[in-house]
Amino acid sequence: MKDGVNGVALAVFIFFFVAVTVMGFLAARWRKAAQSDNLDEWGLGGRSFGTWVTWFLLGGDLYTAYTFVAVPAAIYAAGAAGFFAVPYTILVYPLIFTFLPRLWSVSHKHGYVTTSDFVRGRFGSKGLSLAVALTGILATMPYIALQLVGIQAVLDVMGVGGGENTHWFVKDLPLLIAFGVLAAYTYSSGLRAPALIAFVKDGLIYLVIIVAIIYIPIKLGGFEHIFSVAEDTFAQPNPATGKPRGELASGPNAQWAYATLALGSALALFMYPHSITATLSSRSRNVIRRNTTILPLYSLMLGLLALLGFMAVAAGIKVQNGQLAIPQLFEDMFPDWFTGVAFAAIGIGALVPAAIMSIAAANLFTRNIYKDFLRPGATPAQEHKVAKLVSLLVKVGALVFVLTMDKTVAINFQLLGGIWILQTMPALVGGLFTRWFHRWALLAGWAAGMVYGTLAAYGVASPTQKHFGGSSAEIPGIGEIGYIGLTAFVLNVLVTVVLTVVLRATKAPDGVDETSPEDYTADVGDKGVQADPPPVTAGVPAGH
Amino acid sequence: MPEPSESAGTPAGRAAPVVTPSRVIAGLCLVAPFVAMLWVGSYAKVEPTLVGIPFFYWYQMLWVLISTALTMIAYKLVQREQRLRKGGASR
Repeated sequence: MKDGVNGVALAVFIFFFVAVTVMGFLAARWRKAAQSDNLDEWGLGGRSFGTWVTWFLLGGDLYTAYTFVAVPAAIYAAGAAGFFAVPYTILVYPLIFTFLPRLWSVSHKHGYVTTSDFVRGRFGSKGLSLAVALTGILATMPYIALQLVGIQAVLDVMGVGGGENTHWFVKDLPLLIAFGVLAAYTYSSGLRAPALIAFVKDGLIYLVIIVAIIYIPIKLGGFEHIFSVAEDTFAQPNPATGKPRGELASGPNAQWAYATLALGSALALFMYPHSITATLSSRSRNVIRRNTTILPLYSLMLGLLALLGFMAVAAGIKVQNGQLAIPQLFEDMFPDWFTGVAFAAIGIGALVPAAIMSIAAANLFTRNIYKDFLRPGATPAQEHKVAKLVSLLVKVGALVFVLTMDKTVAINFQLLGGIWILQTMPALVGGLFTRWFHRWALLAGWAAGMVYGTLAAYGVASPTQKHFGGSSAEIPGIGEIGYIGLTAFVLNVLVTVVLTVVLRATKAPDGVDETSPEDYTADVGDKGVQADPPPVTAGVPAGH
Repeated sequence: MPEPSESAGTPAGRAAPVVTPSRVIAGLCLVAPFVAMLWVGSYAKVEPTLVGIPFFYWYQMLWVLISTALTMIAYKLVQREQRLRKGGASR
């Protein structure tokens, strides 16, 4: 690591940061509706986004800064195993194609803002809806915290924040400023701010990756050389475990883990409140489907980015904290000004998802806890106000999380978050297709999956950690190592099905279903769908 | 694109069949990536390499493109069928 502050890189970084801050505040005026003090406007951008805005928004949302730091870091640490992110993001799109248009239709018809709204309407159960809402908020918080970890990694490598002995306030000041700014424009502009900033973020990220994937291999002597160095490095035994550090292609023992991680993560990804928020903000069913055919461009980029992990190995990058491997690679390889661009890409890449996640968590709290339990008669204007405040609280919570606790705590919780959010799938996806599942059975299945998943993850040890050492454990009954989230999900489904059969046999009372079968295929232009006021000023052309 | 007429829905009384050839093909297009990606043993090898990149990596990145093409086919099929249904035309 170079000593001191990298001045040029820092200046470029600050330039981009100021630019997106201005954009974030101006976003409030972008395609503003006449009546803007309600949750549809603030929390879903007026449900008006077309194909391109949705593309940038979802892309900016699903491929977070943490992804960009963590995926190559995983490759850097262990080789092939870290590449599961690519099949994972391949599998997400057929799933979105199949499930989310139905959710979009029913949500538009009934004015649902969150998945919990839908679950309550479908099953007539406030308890189940609360379970889904709490799971969503719990899973989102550490995810926001990890975005901060991404920014911190960049600031660390730039030499901002001082060494170990610096006063904590000075050390964390840059992060506090970044987050204060983020919180302010999310508060004032809602979902429009990240939607607009996502353009800059993705532009920068594409630029950096294309340059990196061409420039760095040339500097390092070609892919052939990179992979042969990586092969030698991975073959050397790890002093802590005595096993080789990693491998170039998944060995027979690692293949179950690879496949179950890819599948489980894909199922979990679109259950996250922030993916749902971005999806519901789109203008029509076709916008969603069309997006599943253009979003994989990001997966291709992610694959290329993952290869940077091997380049970090070949370049002989040695870092204590694996998260720093890629920022350090950039700093060593690029001229200072372009290092600044690359770091700005990661930093802004953290702000977009953090904003969307805090909005999604705020929507959940406002609709499914505040309105359902605390204040049933809340007006749209009150909902709007509460959501804005909660979005602030959520971010402060994430900040406190990162500043007071060890970084590994955030990572552990993120790992748990993925396992947890997957447990809301039977209620949500099951509910989209059938009403057969009983509400109490779904609640019991959810609880079983949550408890099993949490305990199993607690029991995983790694060379550096006694608990939460990873997300894979032996699958009971099969004996292979697999993703805990998926095992918990299978348990969840089993419990739900068995209990549904029992409850149906004993004629347990069913909830009231306020939806009807046509609601799930309704599209723009159908009766009752255009409930929202159309945007009055179309300032920026919205694509098609 | 011709706008489907507002009033025409599925012809009343004669509901369109749920399983149609184009829906089956669309379904297969959506399932194919799962089979290919979850069968890790089929691609967990280093040779043959492509410009120095092991098979394991370039094969999976190739599947990003294949699955995109498949999703696009599914999209076109579903869209065409929707238009036919909305137009009330029996095939």
